[in-house]
Amino acid sequence: MSATHQTGSFWTRYVFSTDHKVIGKQYFLTAVVMAVIGTGLSVLIRLQVSWPQDTWPFLQKIFPGLYEDGVLLPEHYLSLVTMHGTLMIFFVISFALVSGFGNFIIPLHIGARDMAYAFLNMLSYWTIVPACILMVASFFVPDGAAAAGWTAYPPLSALKEAVPGSGLGQTLWLLAMALFIVSFTMGSLNFVTTILNLRTRGMSMFRMPLTVWTLLIASILGILAFPALTAAAIMLLLDRHGGTSFFLPDGLVLGGAVLSHSGGTPLLFQHLFWFLGHPEVYVLVLPAIGIAFDVVAAFGRRPVFGYRTSVWALIVIAVLSMIVWGHHMYTSGMNPYLGEYFTIVTVAITVPFAVLGLNLIASLWRAEIRLRTAMLFALALVAAIGIGGLGGLWLGTATSDMYLHDSYFVVGHFHFMIGTVTFFGVFAATYYWYPKMFGRLMDETLGKIHFWLTVPGIFLAFVAMHYLGLGGHLRRVYDPTAYDYAQPIQWLNVPISIALFVATAAQIVFLVNFFRSLFHKERAGPNPWNAATLEWTAPSPPPHLNWTELPVVHRGPYDYRVDGAPEGYWPQTAPPPAAAQAVR
Amino acid sequence: MSHRRQTVEVVALVLLFLGITTLTVVGFATDWMPPVASQHGAGVDEVIRYLLLTTGAVLVIGTLAMVGFLWQYGRGRPARSPQTSPRAERWWSLIPVIGMALIAEAGVLVKGLPVWAQVYGAPPPDALVLEVTAQQFEWIVRYPGKDGTFGRTDPALVEGAANPAGLDANDPAALDDVVARGTLHLPVGRTVYLRLGSRDVLHSFSIPAFRVKQDVVPGIIGGTQFVPTKPGRYEIACAELCGMAHYRMRGRIIVHSPEEYAQWLSEQVGFFQ
Repeated sequence: MSATHQTGSFWTRYVFSTDHKVIGKQYFLTAVVMAVIGTGLSVLIRLQVSWPQDTWPFLQKIFPGLYEDGVLLPEHYLSLVTMHGTLMIFFVISFALVSGFGNFIIPLHIGARDMAYAFLNMLSYWTIVPACILMVASFFVPDGAAAAGWTAYPPLSALKEAVPGSGLGQTLWLLAMALFIVSFTMGSLNFVTTILNLRTRGMSMFRMPLTVWTLLIASILGILAFPALTAAAIMLLLDRHGGTSFFLPDGLVLGGAVLSHSGGTPLLFQHLFWFLGHPEVYVLVLPAIGIAFDVVAAFGRRPVFGYRTSVWALIVIAVLSMIVWGHHMYTSGMNPYLGEYFTIVTVAITVPFAVLGLNLIASLWRAEIRLRTAMLFALALVAAIGIGGLGGLWLGTATSDMYLHDSYFVVGHFHFMIGTVTFFGVFAATYYWYPKMFGRLMDETLGKIHFWLTVPGIFLAFVAMHYLGLGGHLRRVYDPTAYDYAQPIQWLNVPISIALFVATAAQIVFLVNFFRSLFHKERAGPNPWNAATLEWTAPSPPPHLNWTELPVVHRGPYDYRVDGAPEGYWPQTAPPPAAAQAVR
Repeated sequence: MSHRRQTVEVVALVLLFLGITTLTVVGFATDWMPPVASQHGAGVDEVIRYLLLTTGAVLVIGTLAMVGFLWQYGRGRPARSPQTSPRAERWWSLIPVIGMALIAEAGVLVKGLPVWAQVYGAPPPDALVLEVTAQQFEWIVRYPGKDGTFGRTDPALVEGAANPAGLDANDPAALDDVVARGTLHLPVGRTVYLRLGSRDVLHSFSIPAFRVKQDVVPGIIGGTQFVPTKPGRYEIACAELCGMAHYRMRGRIIVHSPEEYAQWLSEQVGFFQ
């Protein structure tokens, strides 16, 4: 055991560890805890939206603060919606996919002993711990958690008179988000530095697995985009507590009184928020796509189709993602020419995305597919990109967005992109890298039960949310039946909820499998999948500092089914065959 | 894994992916939208139909390719060499590039922007100009009255039911302004331009049947225009989260024939009259 871990006490090895693998697992487990809370909130949301007239006395017993006479109060419904979005996007997906698997896999993929700044890495993890505590604590303050939506648009989020959640709850939300951004920025800087500087001998940029490429691009986007939200959060805090008016114009009337604010505009916040918010989508989605490429190659036993075109597509997506934020604001009353500009650049993103889609699908051509659970989730991820990506065209076009904006079409769409694609990426990554993380295999039968209980319900629910949106059903609505035109489509909410409850319950299978497999007797061995990338040349789990001697790379990451290779594939460390060497 | 079991799994996956795509394409094509009742709304629906046809086709083609490969290469049989040259891969990527560029850029610009310009272009001179002010959680409507001029308002004068629009009685133009809460009467077939303002937080003025959605931003007087095409009763919804009772910030629109509208208007009395 001693070789596996950092030397030192229990505390320095497992708690305040600077080992990227331990930190990756810490992020992952934190994400699991936050996911349980965030998903729990969605169950309460779905109960309310589907059965707005019913009372829930037993839920009142569990959550006495949220319910009154068995009825969920509207202000608390808004808190649930706000916190569900915030927790899932920033505290679950970011943690698990980017920080968790990013930390675990980057050094192993590129042949490094650890992150470039190991102490900074530990610091970035320990900065999110108070962020999580503040976020969760905000449920228990007077007037409850933030209720202005995960977008926190002022004036609603700026004035405590506007909505109950805009009291202490909103302040805690802003502080927690600020800590989160500090942590994420430290992590991103670390990722970029590590990937650019610590690649082992022979690991050129175009020999990196696509997961590393996507994490590199995601980290650069994070560094460029997050400061805008930091600024917005500080300005909003000042508007709330410092008497400034960055986002507040004059003449606001609330609670019968004219407020003294003057000179600001809420639109400034929207620009700052979406300048982060849109790239953030790609920060989350791209690593999932990178993972899908790696998993499809390993279980399709063939090289990724179009490795280089994929890299260029990812770079184009990253550049475009920084200049399209205004498509979240088509209806805000922006200059119509600006709306036209944002439409043109937004729909252009579908071009590189379609290249990624083609490459993923074509990577199945002449494959020898092995249907392990990781592969199943990677395939379902491809289907989710199809629906989410093409639905994005409907919303990215300003003219159709005029009708679909702020409807359940949007809710369905982003649950595909930053809900489904990312979660399936997390699942594919977990089933794929679990043996590397813990030295044991997850149970395949339970894995497939998990897949088949999760995937149909997820697609059914999120596709049907698009129908609701087409019917005009608006998002963040406490009782959809308040509008006559929405009553004929209200029935759809019931099957959506049932599908989601089944898919949610299925995650228990995943958690049981995850924790039970830790105690499997059988060890996985260093390379259970016969995969070609570098992490599989290290022992499972890799010792502290990963390799006794750093590996040297001689080839690309996907040399599967190459003529003359002994097991049908060449690991990246395999030197070129003698014949090829002679030619050189 | 036995070949037979792998075949069963492949069949299940093929059915899953075909089912998902069918659910998406057929479901999106189902008539969920409230019947359209405005001029530009027909254009919006046209864009949505266009997107359904094109993106639906892409989704179907992608799905068929994927399930085809799954069926062919997923049943544990050896396949021929998968190696492709980078050059061939570049050529293949031209298909999605050209396809999506045509669908997204050419199609959307040709189909979409004219409708966008219809909504955000300058209103015609004979447009009926009205004012709608949003506040938690209602829509306050103002007609300029017989003089055709909106009187002065001041947030400090707003006083619940006594003066919901905050009209200034000292301004002669304000005397005949007609103020209503939550209900908008409109004539059919004439361009309506709404001046939109908010008093407290963000709201969004939306009429699903008209395909109208315009955020109402405090501190900015914005606007939206449309031409109602069918007499009848419609609903105004608030589409931007605005607080506790956001979900029932509902308004009504009653579209009359021009004669009925003239009749209705003549029966209205000014706020200070």
